Amino acid sequence: MASARFSVSFAGPLVTFQDAGRPGNMRYGVAASGPMDRLAFGAAHAALGNKSGGSAIEISLGGLMLQCTEGTVTVAITGGDFVVEHAGQKTISWTTLTVRKGEKLAIRAGKAGSWAYLAFAGDLASETWLGSQATHASSGFGGGVLQSGQALVVADAAVREEREGEIAQPEFASDGAMRVVLGPQDQYFTATAMEHLLNEQFTVSDAYDRMGMRLNGPVLEMQSALSIPSEPIIRGSIQVSGDGVPTVLLADHQTTGGYPKIATVISCDTDRLTQLRVGQKIRFTSVSSQQAVDAARDDAQQKAKYLDQISIARGTLAQRLMRENLIHGWADD
Amino acid sequence: MEPQFKPVADHALLVTFSDTISEEAHAAVIALDQAIAADVPDGVIETVPALVNLLVSFDPIKTDHSAVESHLRTQLEGLESRKIIGVDRHVQVCYEGDFAPDLEAVATATGLSQEAVINAHLAGDFHVLMYGFSPGYAYLSGVPEPIQVPRKPAPVRGVPAGSVIIAGPQCLITTLTMPTGWSIIGRSPTPIFTGNPDHPFLFDVGDRVVFERVDLKTYEALCKETTDGER
Repeated sequence: MASARFSVSFAGPLVTFQDAGRPGNMRYGVAASGPMDRLAFGAAHAALGNKSGGSAIEISLGGLMLQCTEGTVTVAITGGDFVVEHAGQKTISWTTLTVRKGEKLAIRAGKAGSWAYLAFAGDLASETWLGSQATHASSGFGGGVLQSGQALVVADAAVREEREGEIAQPEFASDGAMRVVLGPQDQYFTATAMEHLLNEQFTVSDAYDRMGMRLNGPVLEMQSALSIPSEPIIRGSIQVSGDGVPTVLLADHQTTGGYPKIATVISCDTDRLTQLRVGQKIRFTSVSSQQAVDAARDDAQQKAKYLDQISIARGTLAQRLMRENLIHGWADD
Repeated sequence: MEPQFKPVADHALLVTFSDTISEEAHAAVIALDQAIAADVPDGVIETVPALVNLLVSFDPIKTDHSAVESHLRTQLEGLESRKIIGVDRHVQVCYEGDFAPDLEAVATATGLSQEAVINAHLAGDFHVLMYGFSPGYAYLSGVPEPIQVPRKPAPVRGVPAGSVIIAGPQCLITTLTMPTGWSIIGRSPTPIFTGNPDHPFLFDVGDRVVFERVDLKTYEALCKETTDGER
């Protein structure tokens, strides 16, 4: 099949290639990386009928502008509430459209959300590292950070008109407080710190990137100045530095560290956490480890159902019109 | 050592052997890590060995904290000898010129000659404690006491990959150009990223590291070999 090519007219900072990530290497200091919002990333591939987990582009608030220089390919854009401009038409993210040679595609920060995903009906080529195209932003390993002027190549580029149009957004994700399991070092914090964590609001600070999100809010005091031996960290760990400021570790987190962890955000809540922007409020609520496992299972089921639903092609415009006519035909009888 | 089990979110368990760093605790971590590798509990995805504890991450769809904990408890019962199976890894170091910008300062701070600092470093009994900070950053214990120096007050930026750096009892071979506050005493041509998909990193936690001195000419020849090998 033919390939499609794009030239990157503009790429903001932290626009990267991401696939499902490279789990299994934390013991070597390598975080899994992969998309910040795994649900939106999965939706982009599902809406195109792609197999899950392939390479896509993660777009930061800095935005991305492309021009198609060769071929034709259907793309899906998901995540947050970004502005999409294609061939003179403006829409929002959560859309599938076909880009033809000479056309421009721009994706910019819109009303909400921090990360958008651009997936292609085809194979997006990039460097791999340890078998994955996911970019580890601080080292640049993997597919890498997109640069203005760069060319993108999509092999086996397909046109899937029957998939064009709006993508239904997921509605099952909880929109309340972020659920955390306390610990593993909650015992080192004062009772007041624990109350603050669960009862007060925090605000996303501007120290937010793929490694983590520092929060402003009440100081989380430890019972005494504490130095713990460096220990493993995961995505979702809330580590508290000596000055009592919490940071939630995210996709490109360090794998070990010596700051105590007051709590850990459960995996199915990290997607919506990453979509918050500087200045937005955040609350935490504590669940037991068993409740956390139940939530993960429930979420996995709903996610699978949702991805299944959006992966069904809606039909080409002609097919949809025919279906409408048939329905009207029945109604008229 | 009676380990403590702590749930971490919905998908991991932290097994801690001690609150403070000790050889015994680290040996227990490695022994459990190796036992898990030999008999992976259902649903376990990966383990992360550190100084006093081991993180066991799992798929919450397939298992949960208590199932993993009970499997690990059974494994721990059979681990009394705590025998560590580490491999010797040889790492070349060139201690010359620009590769060792802090050698003189370490010599001054410790009251030794530069040659004595190099010999002390070569004589160290180094073991891989854990990885951290950045991909491939293996923390080694075993810097001999006479050449132990504290971290610098402020990190130096742009320290090249391959730098051999020390702070206190720890030594590390950098894999990326990164800032560091540790003292830079040499440069290694030995790749930590091996390029071998079956064994992408030179060290496993628990391995012994033997440093070997090379001169600049050998360093350059070894670097060239590596680069040619990658082609």
